[in-house]
Amino acid sequence: MYQILSRVAMDLRYTEQEQTFRAELRAWLADVLPSVAPEPHRDDWKNRRVWDTGWQRMLFDAGYAGINWPKEYGGRGATPTEHLIFLEETERMRAPYVGMNFVGLLHAGPTLVAEASTEQKAHHLPSILKGDHVWCQGFSEPNAGSDLASLQCRAIRDGDDYVITGQKIWTSFAHIADYCEMLVRTDTEVPKHRGITWLILPMDAKGMDIRPLRTMEGSTEFCEVFFDEVRVPVANRVGDENDGWRVAMVTLSFERGTAFVSEMLQSMELVRDLADLAKKVTRNGSAAWDDTGLRRDIAHLSGELDALWSLTKRNISEAQRTGFVGVGGNVFKLAYSELRQRLGELSLRLLDRASLSLDDVHELPTGKHVHGRIHALSIGIAAGTSQVQRNIVAERTLGLPKDR
Amino acid sequence: MDFWRTQDQEALQDGIRSFCQGRFPIESLQPIEATGGRLDRAAWRDLAGVGVFSLRHDGFSITDSALVFEELGRALIPGPLTATYLAATHLRTVLEGADSGERIVGLAQVAEPVTMAEHLLDLDSLLILQGDSIAVVDPNSVPTQVVERPLDPLTPVHVMLSATGGEIVATGDVVRQWCREGAVLTAAMQVGASFAAIDLAVEYAKGREQFGRPIGAFQAVKHMAADMLVKAEVARAATYAAAVNLDGNGDDDLDRAVSVAKMLAGDAALFCGKIGIQIHGGMGFTWEVNAQRYWKRAVVLDTHYGNSEMHADALAGSM
Repeated sequence: MYQILSRVAMDLRYTEQEQTFRAELRAWLADVLPSVAPEPHRDDWKNRRVWDTGWQRMLFDAGYAGINWPKEYGGRGATPTEHLIFLEETERMRAPYVGMNFVGLLHAGPTLVAEASTEQKAHHLPSILKGDHVWCQGFSEPNAGSDLASLQCRAIRDGDDYVITGQKIWTSFAHIADYCEMLVRTDTEVPKHRGITWLILPMDAKGMDIRPLRTMEGSTEFCEVFFDEVRVPVANRVGDENDGWRVAMVTLSFERGTAFVSEMLQSMELVRDLADLAKKVTRNGSAAWDDTGLRRDIAHLSGELDALWSLTKRNISEAQRTGFVGVGGNVFKLAYSELRQRLGELSLRLLDRASLSLDDVHELPTGKHVHGRIHALSIGIAAGTSQVQRNIVAERTLGLPKDR
Repeated sequence: MDFWRTQDQEALQDGIRSFCQGRFPIESLQPIEATGGRLDRAAWRDLAGVGVFSLRHDGFSITDSALVFEELGRALIPGPLTATYLAATHLRTVLEGADSGERIVGLAQVAEPVTMAEHLLDLDSLLILQGDSIAVVDPNSVPTQVVERPLDPLTPVHVMLSATGGEIVATGDVVRQWCREGAVLTAAMQVGASFAAIDLAVEYAKGREQFGRPIGAFQAVKHMAADMLVKAEVARAATYAAAVNLDGNGDDDLDRAVSVAKMLAGDAALFCGKIGIQIHGGMGFTWEVNAQRYWKRAVVLDTHYGNSEMHADALAGSM
């Protein structure tokens, strides 16, 4: 027979402390959001920068910048659950999204916190938190996508500088960023993972050619960057020479299960809207919602999203307990990518010929569903394709042998 | 918020798992099939002995119970586990002995196109669930017709020719709660069976060699295994969430949370059963290999307390 040792139980509700955090945040958002200017057009980069960094400054002044960063580096030191609440409330109250502060706040910044020198931290961390500096990421290359470690962009030591020649791709916001976290090849004679170095590249360095890359959505946030003997001081290196792969991997360990919270909330709203739309539009003379197959498919997706929301809470709770997220993170991304594709397909099926317009047609709110469908095509590719994710799950979690 | 197993819960689940491995090893299933799926009363009393049926009266929560039932599902333990547990929980005075393992209680849900009773020959009491009422009948007195070749040889079934009469022992809110708990505990067993099917398939894929290497090194096989794990983990999150909500430690709509759990756990168990057979190749289609047993049980459990599609329709009704 088993005995109950304690009264502690799994609990999906928020503690008093968490509720206070939410209430304060909500009050602050209600106070400041009316003063935020309307969102600029997606590709109006000059004004987007003003808007995104302005919001970051407001967060900083209110003590919400770097919500998950340690307090000693100017962050709030919030728990993963508080981070979840922050994302929930900002999304629900339609506050500006992290936008172009994404790389600095969620990727380069945490890496600097863990690996940079005292001088580098002092110089860069406050400016990221205040929104003074925008960062971009120079990791992927035309020949180094899923196999990132095979990157070839070359950096050769010349006195106190590295001289960089090569190409990067998928560099978000490169045309407006101030700094770039960059992986370069510093040794070609050793196994691929061991010849990589992590550098801080000032984006005003000479010898760079930045070209926008237009995505199938029509947006231009991604860029290709070409380097022709670009000089970067050795002092800008983070970690040791040839130790950059480890430095880059450290960043991945910061994930606390919160990466897709805003996305999830948007998807849940999208499914609710889709159900509403199905009740409004007709098919064969009656409401499309009366179609059993369509209705069941929408309900199934909505149930799956509830389950993924539960999985999100499970991952966040795991992070809170153990400091990291296990296989649940990969599981989430695989399930979510696949679900979003089906949601997108379903919305086009419902819209039928109304899906031929990217904007609302015939007084129906169709534009967001068409945009949502296109966006869904990217989720299973960005930040590790679903195929690579499956290899990771199979090899690291299930222990199946490597295919190499 | 803390949606992760507590140390006590981990110990409880690990303890039940070792008990199941010792008392109900997977090799013991095939001999039971040879008996026509008859229940072993001594084994049933041992289940009661570790407290499986009396969890709630012993102070354990629905979530704790779900963790225990996950292990019962993992071990493919045959018998009317949820019905006896629920009888011990909600009909303790009416059906004495359910908690101690002396009384084996089954439940037949009146359904279309047929109403079926499982393990009829071993039951001491048969409950009939119709709408929002539950009646108790003597299993020996109801007109039935035996199914000669049950799909799952560990789940013998009878067609009920009449499902009327008997004494009404529960109605209304009790029955609604009964069905919620029954669905969640079934979902937990489906989750357990899913993970067991994954373990078996992965073990096979590591050892079986073709074209000069383990088949688990091929991405086509790896990706199937990963897909199994994704389905099972998502279903597990949904099942625990439903249980936690039933314990009053959540703010979600109860019926919705239960339907999500039962729908996805049903999908996961059927998927993992199916893909487990596929990964085993020809051996997966044999009687000898257990891969098929997970799939067959998944089919049985999907029909308990509403199948996946019925719960999807229930969700639609709430939208």
